Amino acid sequence: MQQIINFVIRNKTFLLFLLLFSVSLALTIQSHSYHRSKFINSANSLTGGVYGTFNSIGKYFNLKDKNEKLAEENRHLRMQLLKHREPNDSTFIDSSLFEATYKIVTAQVYKNSYALTNNFLMLNKGKKDSIKQDFGVISSKGIIGIIDNTSKSYATVLSILNTNSRINARLKGTNHLGTLKWNGKSPYFSQLVDVSKFAPVKIGDTIETGGQSAIFPRGIGIGTINKFETDISGDTYNIEVKLFNDMTNLGTVYIIENTDRNEIRALQNTIDD
Amino acid sequence: MTSATGILGLRFMLLLLAQVVICNNINFFGFINPYIYIVFIFLFPIRDSRINLLLISFLLGIMVDIFSDSGGVHAAASVVLAYSRPLFLKASFGMLYEHQSVKFSNTDIGSLFGYVLLGTLVHHFVLFLLEVFNIYDIILILKKTLFSSIFTIILSVLIIILFSRNKK
Repeated sequence: MQQIINFVIRNKTFLLFLLLFSVSLALTIQSHSYHRSKFINSANSLTGGVYGTFNSIGKYFNLKDKNEKLAEENRHLRMQLLKHREPNDSTFIDSSLFEATYKIVTAQVYKNSYALTNNFLMLNKGKKDSIKQDFGVISSKGIIGIIDNTSKSYATVLSILNTNSRINARLKGTNHLGTLKWNGKSPYFSQLVDVSKFAPVKIGDTIETGGQSAIFPRGIGIGTINKFETDISGDTYNIEVKLFNDMTNLGTVYIIENTDRNEIRALQNTIDD
Repeated sequence: MTSATGILGLRFMLLLLAQVVICNNINFFGFINPYIYIVFIFLFPIRDSRINLLLISFLLGIMVDIFSDSGGVHAAASVVLAYSRPLFLKASFGMLYEHQSVKFSNTDIGSLFGYVLLGTLVHHFVLFLLEVFNIYDIILILKKTLFSSIFTIILSVLIIILFSRNKK
């Protein structure tokens, strides 16, 4: 017993080092699995306050840029409005059929990162705005990520620039689906894998969300095909997607809630059982 | 004693803030960020116990992790740096360290630079190894380590010279 105590006292620095190092290692490993970064994340009032203060200073520097983006989005929405108004003029619409399945909340990006291999964003909306885990986040141009953790008034977003992110996507105009991943290299490109080799893949084609999960609605833009190659097995394509969003410059984003989410989940769970 | 503790606390807060608010957003060439908070570990008083240094470095690392949503990578790298600091001190200051008389405020630039260089390389290598977390991407890890280290070393040496050297 005496010897054990002596050993501990003699090597206390090394033992403390081992202890602290293993704690950090455990936190690191834990953060690499999806939705497990419960303790160490920036959705709390301390980090929220700090980032909020500095964001309120920093936002004045790119007002011009933001205005241009908003004008561009207005133009886009106006075009959609015009396109839809014409054909519906004389048809009878049963409003119950068009009950909104998706609710949208706008939010400000308080923290954005894109230089790491696992990037997270922080938004200024949280539980009190009824934001929950697994809501989708998009900008005017395309998808950004999925809500990961929420606190009272802040939320962290698992960015599509995160090696743990998996998003269901398809080639526009077809039903050929794939999985959008990120290889951790460039913030302007993402990788779409598992696309069937029968899909008509052409450089410049648009990739959009597939709508197979309860997170994103179908048809939200992701990017265009930059280059593609067949997988080693030869059965699937690996496609490099040039993202519509400039992930290095995000201001206002939209959080999407699928109001049928619980119903879809429940149905899927019955299949799994 | 209290004023020394006060200075340490102030340095802790300032470096942490500068790191998360400014340095995490530089993204030079898209991925190069300096990690200047390790200046705190470099400048920690040598006569203070190593246990204290380990605990404070862990705390500093975990704070940076909380702000940048990175799990525990900064904490791990900081703890490694704090634990191996005596080695670097011995390697760059030699006899001066043996006699417990190193003063960062009036050592020569060469030794200081060597000390910061060794420490930064080790810290950044552990940091990016854990962050990328895939040994097959070793080229990416080494690339990030190299470029970020250059940035960090220059900034750290400048900060140490600017803020803690005696005015002549």
